[in-house]
Amino acid sequence: MLIEVNNLTKIYNNYVAVNKVNFKIEKNKTIGLLGPNGCGKTTSIGMLLGLITPTEGKILINNKNLNDYKRDDILSQLNFASPYVELPKKLTVKQNLQIYGRLYGVKNLDKCINEVSCDLDIKKFFERKTGELSSGQKNRVALAKSLINKPKILLLDEPTASLDPDIGDFIRSYLQEYKSKNEVTILLASHNMNEVERLCDSIIMMKSGKIVDRGTCEQLTKKHGRNNLEETFLKLVRGSDEFQ
Amino acid sequence: MNFNKIYALGLRHLYLIMNSFPRVLDLIYWPTVQIFLWGFISKFFTLSSDYYSNTVGIILTAAILYDFLFRASISFNMMFLEEIWSRNFTNLFIAPIKIREIIASLTLTAILRTLIGLVPAVLISIPLFGVSILKLGFPLIFLLISLYLFGISLGLFVTSGLLRFGPSFENIAWASLFFLAPLGCIYYPIEILPHILQIFAKGLPLVHIFEEMRNMLINEQVNYYNIYKSILISLVYFVLGVIVFYASYYGAKKRGTLINMGE
Repeated sequence: MLIEVNNLTKIYNNYVAVNKVNFKIEKNKTIGLLGPNGCGKTTSIGMLLGLITPTEGKILINNKNLNDYKRDDILSQLNFASPYVELPKKLTVKQNLQIYGRLYGVKNLDKCINEVSCDLDIKKFFERKTGELSSGQKNRVALAKSLINKPKILLLDEPTASLDPDIGDFIRSYLQEYKSKNEVTILLASHNMNEVERLCDSIIMMKSGKIVDRGTCEQLTKKHGRNNLEETFLKLVRGSDEFQ
Repeated sequence: MNFNKIYALGLRHLYLIMNSFPRVLDLIYWPTVQIFLWGFISKFFTLSSDYYSNTVGIILTAAILYDFLFRASISFNMMFLEEIWSRNFTNLFIAPIKIREIIASLTLTAILRTLIGLVPAVLISIPLFGVSILKLGFPLIFLLISLYLFGISLGLFVTSGLLRFGPSFENIAWASLFFLAPLGCIYYPIEILPHILQIFAKGLPLVHIFEEMRNMLINEQVNYYNIYKSILISLVYFVLGVIVFYASYYGAKKRGTLINMGE
């Protein structure tokens, strides 16, 4: 077991953002976190990243409580990418990767940057400022940054949001290839059902801060009598709280 | 403390400066304008008053030292604000860097930004007005240490406010030093202040620094007791600043504001 979340709760004043959430993620699995906007996905990721203090509950990584870890011990095993979080715009791609490589204490940094840059095809705009890149290029750079430390746990928040189908497919293919070559557990929050179907071993469905269902894509579509994940998602989101 | 990580964060700000000539120009521009302005004002005072035998020297030295404090504090704030403006906040706070390493890096890098701005201004004042702060001699180092510590402390208080209240606290970052300047007795002796304000002013290191600067330039004597007192007071503010910063960081984690801090 790599990640175990027990009774995780976050309450802001009187608003319950995440409500007694429990899940386990096995090593080297990719888990999809699905749910409508405001259902608590980002808050849950924030708690896993140590950016948000849970009101209640605990997060265990390899059976060790996240709160008992030294901050930098746990964070060196994790990384995160999201199109809503940017790298310094005025720095070149190369400079950003060098800085984050150093912050993550990466050994053989130049070799590592070279590898990830070739894989993600970002070398051709290495010397350009990050703020001058297109959305697709920025996403690939953000992904390169998130893989610079070869994380054991990778948290991805809508990694292909606002990308054209070609670049989106490139990123999804790369993630599949990367996972086949490296030991990494991925938690993927996404609104792209095809992406989730393609990449995830199993899915956690959230609504109003709670987990409303979980299982593999096939299990969920079959259980809810739908043809695909998108229809299953809509049923769960639009329906009453029948599954809670 | 991991110095490689402190260096990495410093490098981020160094690259930022190196990548942009207008940024370097901006760093140099304001201190230089200050020196010109106060140089000419004090030259005019010399013609109209005989209060000091060395009016230009005293006012200009005070202006340079005050600018050193101002630049140190603003540099600290600016580097923190850069992370918010560039929406890099989440990336920074999920990196395996300790909070004390972030503080150390900002503190050390602020020296560089301060010196880039101030060294040209200090050099200009020598041929243009015949004033060199180096005339203060060896004790100048202690005055600068005290000013720097206090500048960084103010930076810590302001960045704590940014963590607590978000980017809307930005305006306070700019106003913070102007608020304290009247009590700092930078250009005038403490006796000018009303009695009640003198009590508050003595709680700031600035009064002791600038009183001692005037003492050194007018009487050509050094009272190390005043200098040490100013360093001690600055140190107290610095420790307080670090505590408040940590409290704001943990508060921000509780409120969940670290994850969506941005413009």
